[in-house]
Amino acid sequence: MNILESRQDIDRCIAEGDFRGAATSLPQLWAAEPTNSTAAFVVHRFEQLRSHLSLRPFRLAILRSFTVEPIVPLLRASAFCSGIDLPVQLSDFNAYVQAITDAQSSLYAFRPDAVILAVQTRDAAPDLWNNFGALNAEDSQKAIARAVSEFRAWIQAFRKQSAAHLIVHNLEQPACPSRGVLDQQLEHSQCEAIRTVNRELAVAAAGFSGVYVLDYDSLVAKHGREQWHDERKWLTVRLPIAASHLGHLATEWMRFLHPMAGRIAKALVVDLDNTLWGGVIGEDGMAGIRLGTEYPGAAFQELQRALLDLYQRGILLAVCSKNNADDAMEALEKHPGMILRPAHFAALRINWLDKAQNLQEIANELNIGTHALAFLDDNPIERQQVRSELPEVAVIDLPSDPMTYARIVREFPVFERLTLSNEDLERGRMYQEQREREQLEHTVSSREDFYRSLKQEAEIAPVTPATLARIAQLTNKTNQFNLTTRRYSEQQISALAASAQWECFSIRVRDRFGDNGLVGVAILRTEDSTCEIDTFLLSCRVIGRTIETAFLSFLADRARAHRARHLEGWFLPTKKNAPARDFYLNHGFTVSKATGNETLWTLDLVENTLPCPEWVSLQIMNGEEQVR
Amino acid sequence: MTSSPILDRVSAIAADVLQVPASSLSLQSSPETVESWDSVRHLDLVLALEQEFHLQFEPEEIDQMKNAERIVDILSAKTPTR
Repeated sequence: MNILESRQDIDRCIAEGDFRGAATSLPQLWAAEPTNSTAAFVVHRFEQLRSHLSLRPFRLAILRSFTVEPIVPLLRASAFCSGIDLPVQLSDFNAYVQAITDAQSSLYAFRPDAVILAVQTRDAAPDLWNNFGALNAEDSQKAIARAVSEFRAWIQAFRKQSAAHLIVHNLEQPACPSRGVLDQQLEHSQCEAIRTVNRELAVAAAGFSGVYVLDYDSLVAKHGREQWHDERKWLTVRLPIAASHLGHLATEWMRFLHPMAGRIAKALVVDLDNTLWGGVIGEDGMAGIRLGTEYPGAAFQELQRALLDLYQRGILLAVCSKNNADDAMEALEKHPGMILRPAHFAALRINWLDKAQNLQEIANELNIGTHALAFLDDNPIERQQVRSELPEVAVIDLPSDPMTYARIVREFPVFERLTLSNEDLERGRMYQEQREREQLEHTVSSREDFYRSLKQEAEIAPVTPATLARIAQLTNKTNQFNLTTRRYSEQQISALAASAQWECFSIRVRDRFGDNGLVGVAILRTEDSTCEIDTFLLSCRVIGRTIETAFLSFLADRARAHRARHLEGWFLPTKKNAPARDFYLNHGFTVSKATGNETLWTLDLVENTLPCPEWVSLQIMNGEEQVR
Repeated sequence: MTSSPILDRVSAIAADVLQVPASSLSLQSSPETVESWDSVRHLDLVLALEQEFHLQFEPEEIDQMKNAERIVDILSAKTPTR
């Protein structure tokens, strides 16, 4: 189908009311030709469709020192195709300093969820860019210090006014340093000066939560400095980037926006034949499949290395393959070219059933929704089947050349993360331990024996700087065992913990199989004789092992210590939190108020005890190093 | 109006960028006759043409793009005939 026909097809879908059909075709049109022309079409059609789709709204402001207007449609088209409705506000040219420092500016009135600060080297450090030849070592140091302290001041001023995410472009190097090849021979070189600003900017950003550096210099270098720039457009319309590279900046921005807007995958399900290795194991056999250090098997090893990187980032891997299980397992376990082994996969479905059904089962086994799955398969028919049966799955398109597979996976934005907790690093191992726990549960006769045999130790502590990121992460991504599903940023959690009425606790759980890590959060608000549980959530991997009772019993003790008479908490139902529905009921709470389908549950602390289960050993840490 | 491959490609792109039906565009279409053809859209159009035809326009050429006919002329001069 050519480009014109696919446009007509989409318009026909819209006219006939087949909105899902149109919403499935638009991303494919966009992927086939991601140009400004297509972007205008895609954005316009999604604007017609948006009320029929469940898009996630996310507001972006861009502060800039150059023309970015033509990049905005590219960005919004990408966002729509990823399920994000992205209103974009642009600051006036070179008015970013006023926008940041003025509390009344249109920037803050816009209430952005994220802000991009895109300033060119020539504007952020004019001396280093235009005038470097005239600077002696001392001048150059001063220019570096000035640029860094300005960045720091902007970030600080921004944080005072807004809790939004901030993405800061770092400074690009000149294509031709002012002193030519001599530059690299000098201690105080122009390139080294700009590198120093970038290093210091990274340090400054790391000092704030929710502030991230976009390595603009590396982005330009990746695509080639000479190719990236269009001097004619710069000098005529203040657009420094060539038409063919505008999309690459939009793509880089999306890699940040995906995790910020929560459009991420927790697990990647991969096919085996012609994906993880070349050839078909059932026909070619162990000796015949292509997988090794030389061409053509090296391409598949590269892909496996990319998958291993995802695994180490906390993304679960799973296999879904139409094969005889024995043949495939032999290759997974024994093929000398394999970089991944069965232990890297949290779930395996090697059978002849259809892939959408297998994906559904894998999601159930991993305790995640199908919307948290990504799918990698060389076969376009399988991809199409998954797309039409499970449109919420992020399907990765692969061209016919396996040498591109690794790069495509590495650049796929649903695997991007902005922070990495210890839990992320350990996740793959934890799921392996979970499989062992489930085997034990089948062999132990009673539930209580099972609980006892787990030898669970729980450690409860107030929020600390070390746990802040993980706590905010849990409030944002826990959907199932979550009583109120209130989402908090790191800044909001620190602000809460600093106020007298509020307390924020985390719980870590260890058992005989290993450390489950930090798996739960409770936020408590005390007023007069009542303690209200603002937030109570647990990661699904510890639900049903009475940890929730232990954590709630701690909150009851805490409320008594505050001399409260009542402990209460809302249950706010969502599409996903049914597992938490009867939590308060099962612990002796009664309904004291109901608004619509929302219920407030209360426990009289004098008339009720709420003991910790004897098989959970509870340790309460004091908060020496609390977040202020 | 005589049809040429370049004209067809230009009008398909202009229809996308200006959000009008391709059938409503002619060689005489210009910022004066098409309401949505403002300076921001004009830049989008120039960039979309550069992407489609894999070339870069000179500033002087962009200045001369006063209507669809001029755009087609400039593109014809820059594109080798096959």
